[in-house]
Formats: sequence, C-alpha cells, structure tokens
Amino acid sequence: MPSPVISFQDYGFQYMAQAAPTLHHINLDIYPGEKVLIAGTSGSGKSTIGNCINGLIPFAYPGQKTGKLLVDGKEADTGSIFELSHTVGTVLQDTDGQFIGLTVGEDIAFAAENDCVPQDEMKQTVDKVAKLVDIDHHLQHAPHELSGGQKQRVSLAGVMVEDVKVLLFDEPLANLDPSAGRTTIELIDMVHERTGAAVIIIEHRLEDVLWRSVDRIVLMDEGKIIADMSTVKLLTGKNLLEHGIREPLYLTALRYAGVEINEALHPEHVEHLVLTEEHKAKVREWYQARKGDISSVGHGEELLRVEHLDFGYTPQRRTLQDVSFTIHKGEMVSIVGRNGAGKSTLAKLICGFEKPIGGSIYMEGRDLSDDTIKERAMRIGYVMQNPNQMISKPMIWDEVEMALVQSGMPKEERKERVEETLKVCGLYPFRNWPVSALSYGQKKRVTIASILVQRPQVIILDEPTAGQDYHHYTEIMEFLKELNGRGYTIMMITHDMHLMLEYTPRAIVFSEGRMLADTTAAHVLNNPELVKRANLKETSLYTLSMACGIDNPQVFTECFIGYEQKEGYNG
Amino acid sequence: MANIAILSYLKRDSLVHELTGTTKLIFFIAWSVATMVTYDTRVLVVLLFLSIVIFKISKVRLYDIRIVLGLAVIFVVLNNLFVYLFAPEYGVELYESRTVLFTIAGPYTVTLQQLFYHLNMTMKVACVVPVALLFIACTDPSEFAASLASIGVSYRIGYSVSLALRYIPDVQREYHNISQAQQARGIDLSGKDKVLTRMKNSVAILLPLVLSSLNRIETVSNAMELRGFGKDKKRTWYSQRKMQRNDWLAIALAVVVFVADMTITFWDGSRYYNPFL
Repeated sequence: MPSPVISFQDYGFQYMAQAAPTLHHINLDIYPGEKVLIAGTSGSGKSTIGNCINGLIPFAYPGQKTGKLLVDGKEADTGSIFELSHTVGTVLQDTDGQFIGLTVGEDIAFAAENDCVPQDEMKQTVDKVAKLVDIDHHLQHAPHELSGGQKQRVSLAGVMVEDVKVLLFDEPLANLDPSAGRTTIELIDMVHERTGAAVIIIEHRLEDVLWRSVDRIVLMDEGKIIADMSTVKLLTGKNLLEHGIREPLYLTALRYAGVEINEALHPEHVEHLVLTEEHKAKVREWYQARKGDISSVGHGEELLRVEHLDFGYTPQRRTLQDVSFTIHKGEMVSIVGRNGAGKSTLAKLICGFEKPIGGSIYMEGRDLSDDTIKERAMRIGYVMQNPNQMISKPMIWDEVEMALVQSGMPKEERKERVEETLKVCGLYPFRNWPVSALSYGQKKRVTIASILVQRPQVIILDEPTAGQDYHHYTEIMEFLKELNGRGYTIMMITHDMHLMLEYTPRAIVFSEGRMLADTTAAHVLNNPELVKRANLKETSLYTLSMACGIDNPQVFTECFIGYEQKEGYNG
Repeated sequence: MANIAILSYLKRDSLVHELTGTTKLIFFIAWSVATMVTYDTRVLVVLLFLSIVIFKISKVRLYDIRIVLGLAVIFVVLNNLFVYLFAPEYGVELYESRTVLFTIAGPYTVTLQQLFYHLNMTMKVACVVPVALLFIACTDPSEFAASLASIGVSYRIGYSVSLALRYIPDVQREYHNISQAQQARGIDLSGKDKVLTRMKNSVAILLPLVLSSLNRIETVSNAMELRGFGKDKKRTWYSQRKMQRNDWLAIALAVVVFVADMTITFWDGSRYYNPFL
C-alpha cells in the first residue's frame, strides 16, 4: 500500500481566539488518488480540517496543535503555506471572493504568475486546463459576466495549473443553483479521473455530493471523527441523522415504507437501487394508504397582486417580462429559478427599490405605484440573505427598534412593540445582549425581528437558508413556519429544492426573466420539462416512485412531505 | 442598478490602445513632468497640438469622457478665478512690465501680462488632461499592475491597484443592496433630513458594508496566499504584452519631447517665455 498523502496522527487544534479546542484526536489517512467526502454540520470541525490541510492553519489562523499532520510525508506546519500550495489545491466556497484576476485567463494563471512561469509556457498551461474544465471559450470574460457554475470552473482550473496531488473543495455546492451543483459534482468526478489527484470534498449536502460515487465518507461532529467508512456502510447505519446530516430522501422514503436499508439494496445511488418486488410492493402499499390524506390548501383573500410587470436596467435588455401572479393572505410561497432568472429583481420591484417599466403591483386592491420605499415597508418587509448585511447596531434591542425610532414613534409605544416582537421571535431573553454574541441562526432571527417590528403583512426573504446545514436550516424554517401560522404571509426566494418542497405548498418558477409556472412545489419537481428549463433538479423521490411503478410521482412526493411533517424531523 | 462609469477602460481598436501599458505609463509620466515644468508658451502650443493629435488617434470620443472633462473645465475655471482673486498682479511681477487694459474695482485691474499668465496656466492643464485621460481610458486594467511592475514598482503595490479595480464593482453593488434594504427600515439618505441625522444614517449602511468588506478581504487574501502570492520577489504576468516597434517609437517620442521641452525651457535660465521685453 502506498503511503498516505495526508495523514492526521492524533491531531488536535485550538484556535488562538477560542477557549476550547476545535479538533480532538483526529486520526485520518488519505491515500493518493482517493476521493473522500468529509461531512458534518457547521461547527463540526470539518472546515477546520480543510484549513489544516491547505495550511491556512497555522499560517493565516494561528493556534495550538497537538499530535501530527503529515502532508506528502512532511510535517505541514514546518514549511510555508506556499510549499503546501504545490501539493494541495483549494477551491473555496465563495466563488466570487476567490476570483482574483480581472479576467478568466488571468485568474487561472494567477498561481503560475506567482511561480514566475514564463509567459508563453503559462499561456499554454492556461489553455490546457481551461479546456479540461470547459471554460476555454471565456478566457477574456470578466467575473460578472459568468454564472456561479462557470466561476467555480475557473476556480478549479486555477488550482489545477499547479499539478497538485490533492484537490480540496470547501463546500462547493453552497452558492450554486441545483443544476449547477449537479454539474459541479460531475466536473469534480471528471477531474478526479483525469488527473488522478486525491479529492477531498467538504460538504454537508450528502445526497447532492453522492450524485457521483466517493470512496469513503468521514463523518464529523463536535471536532471528532464519528465515522470513517464506505458510503454503503454509512447509509445503512444510523449515524447520519444523529449527527445532523440528512440522509438521501429516497432512503428516508424507503424507511417510512418499512423497507430495511441494507447493502443488498445498493443504497448509494437512486438510479442503481436494487429493489425486490416485495420492496416495491411495500412502497406502493405505503403510498396507497396515504394518498387520501393530501388536502388541498384553500385560498385566503387576495393580498398582493402583480400584473404584467416589466423591468429592465436598459430598455433593450429586460430582466423581467410580463410577470403576473396573486399572493393570498396567509400563504407561504417559494420563488425559484436559477441565479439571474429575475427572482431578486422581482423582490426589489415589490419593495419599491426599483421602478418597473410597465405593469402594476396592488396590495389589497390598491395600486402601490405612488408609494415610497418607506410607505411600502410598512406593509412589505424585505430580509436580505446574509444577516450581516442588515445589522447595523451593536445591541439587539437597538437593532430591532431602529425602524420605529426612524418613524418617530413615542418611546412607550416603541417599547411595547419591540418587546412583543422579541417575544414572537424567541429573542426576549436576549434583549439586552450584543448582537455579536449570537449564532448565525439567531442573527437571522434578529433581522427578521427588525422587519416584523414594522408589522408588515408580507415578508419577502432572500435565500433564508443559504449555506446552512440541516440543523440550522430546520431551525430557521420552523421559525418561519411558526410566523406563517401566526398569519404572516411569506415569500421566499430560494434555490433549495428541499425548502420549497417541505415548507411551501406553492412555487412560482422563473427562468430568464419570465414566469414559467405557478403551481404546487411537488408538481414543479415532478415535471422534468419544467425542471430542466428552470435549472432545477428533480428529487430522488421522483426516481424512486418511478422505479416502484407508482403512477403519480407528484402525489407520492406530497405524501412523503405530509408524512414527514407529521412525524417530525427526527422521524 | 445605474451603471455610471465616470472614467474607465474603453475598448477600441487604435494605435494608442495597441501600445503596451508600460509604454503608456512612461509616456504619461514624461509628458506630465514636461508640461508641469514649462511655462514656455511656444513649447506649450506644440505640446497642446500634439496631445490633440494623440487624442484623435486614440478613437476615444469627447462624449465618452464628458463627465471627467466637465470636471476638468470646472477645476480650471476655479483655479483661474482664485489665482486672479489672490494675485491679480502676479503676471506683472513675472513679466516685469505692465500693460493695463481696464480696471474692475480697487486693486483688481486687468493687465495683458496677467491674462498671458492665465493663458499659459490653462494651456498646461489642457496639455496634461488628454494624455492622462487616455492613459486610463486606453490601458486594459489587466495590464496596469504589470506595467507598474515593469518600471520598478513592487508588484504588491501594483497588484493592490489591480485588486481595487476588480472588487470596486462588487462593493458598489453591495452598497446599493444594503442601502436599499436599510431605506426600507426608514433610513433616508436623500436630502430631506438634517446633516447630523444623515451622517448618523449613513453609519447604518456603512457599518454592514465595512463588515462585509472585511469578510471579503479575508477570503481574497486567503485565496491569494493559497495560490502562492507573495512567495518571491518577482512574478510573471499573464496579460503583459511584448514591446513592439511602435512602443519604442512612442517612448522615443516621449524622450524627444521631454529633452526638447527641458532644453528650450531652460535655455535662457527662466521657465517663462517673455514676449513683453
């Protein structure tokens, strides 16, 4: 057996600014050419492991280590981050932030430039790797002319110019729409095959990564390795949910139907499941017993109506064209589509940040055209994706109170309002805390509270769960569901298919500035044509129901969601 | 989002564009020093003529740079105004003669010498501005860092210029988004409130912007280090172009202009050409 290219030996690490170690007693060997997935919730230590491998620890983030880490046979912290970069190529999560060059070509060449590679040779290398990841027709493009998936290709090419032994991907799916995410996984697989480098993927979205096989999965929680085993073993065990990672949906569905998940089933890919007639019968039985439970949601009164909305920053290029729909009181709706499909523009138009070229927006039958941003904000609240983009006061109370102070409300009334809002959001115990003491999920609540305090009737949230693991995702979404239960109407811009399926009965689908569909979430994801046009991804439930001979995959999906919501998140 | 590029790279197909960034930088520096130093009207006339010719060759239209040009005109007018207000007799002193045309009020008389001085001053700006604008408008930003490095500036400094160019649009977009969301919470930056309130309000936008920019900087610097930036004293450049015949010609022209300018200007021991004696 060859010696490992990466070897953690009873390794532990504590960041300088932290009171307790982040990693404990890590023993992990990764061999040349292996493909390993490191899974875990945020805070499990999986990203810290990645930073140890590429040298950001200890060179950019100093701290105390115990034990040993060998990269390519040498102790990782004795050399420099530059030496390590010849062995380990890292693709970071933020596709925008790591794009350093002004054009694609320059960005790919960056590492070679720093290596003083002569220009002619450099150009050849760039052309070669650009071709490999299929970005060679965009060498002159600037970053803003590329899609998220294309930027990721550039990042990948940028680390491949170095001819590295290890390719490290830090949450490669976090900023991509579903179909771009799938392409990325295929791309990683292809690069793995062609270069023979060891590939390490750090990600919590298990089902999405498993679209292509991996050799092993390392499951982490609380700074320790919980499991280090083959995909099959992990999927047949019970480790995943206990440690906050969601198992693939089709396996959950099979469990619900009473099918035992074992190796004979070949559970790694939904396409290659080996289901016996008995299994299929069980699934069908489960489906037949439940399909009567599906209740259609009745419509409340009309709240928000959009009619023939047109918008473009220049008249020639429309970002939105002829969009019409109606939102009813108490609804929870998803707005889905690929990046750049016009979802965020729609939100901006509704909030009055931008003025439409044509069409109108009505709130309870009244035309909003002449209302200012401030006036609209009393009825429509807008929550940005990242809470750090909104929080501008150091204390929670002040942050939530801000809009009321601006409106000149008397102090007594303000106090009452803020208290009430904080109670609704479960933040009342923290009312005198500084914002910086809160977790990401709690900060998100603060931003939602700072909007709710104006008592809007509709709340629009931009990607409320982006980059969150299953645990935080559930926390945020259950909170929004609770708000919805209190009568708030909620619209969410998202490209998370699970979110749309599990929490919003209705989805409005966009593609290239046009509305493609306005229907139930289950219907969207069980319609291959629609899925393709909107850059979405069908769920594995669709594939499973087809395999089991169920005539209506859409109803099957609805049954599954209904069942899951009744049984709660731990099954 | 409104996309107001006040002054940015304009991609055209011209002789000026074809020159390497290094050539344009050297030319720009030589030209600026030459015009800064001289007050010799004869030299300035030639330089002005040349800079207009170069501008024509570049295929950049006046319309493309109207905003900066407007600002330059305002600057020149104010400059002239203040010079006259504070030193209405400066030309007389310089040219050692006094030809009064008419009197405005009190000490403010208009002399031929003062007018001549103002003419020279204005011509100096008129010589530099086209060349300076062309340097920015005709140099591919990708070449900026490389051209700075090629004249001996540390590549770290050169690259920070390049990075600023890369991330300014991102930060602008972020500012725009944050300010819209904060407006919805009653933060108004339009002119209706008092200055103090407006300053307070702008903190509500700047604080999140600064925090998110710091985050961005962390990502960028990590990404750069992970790809070996700062490893050696030198580095090569992907987008640097090789010097061609025209580059050498342009540099030769810059040298000729510079030397001639200096020679003529200092021939008689004075930076000023004096037609009054």
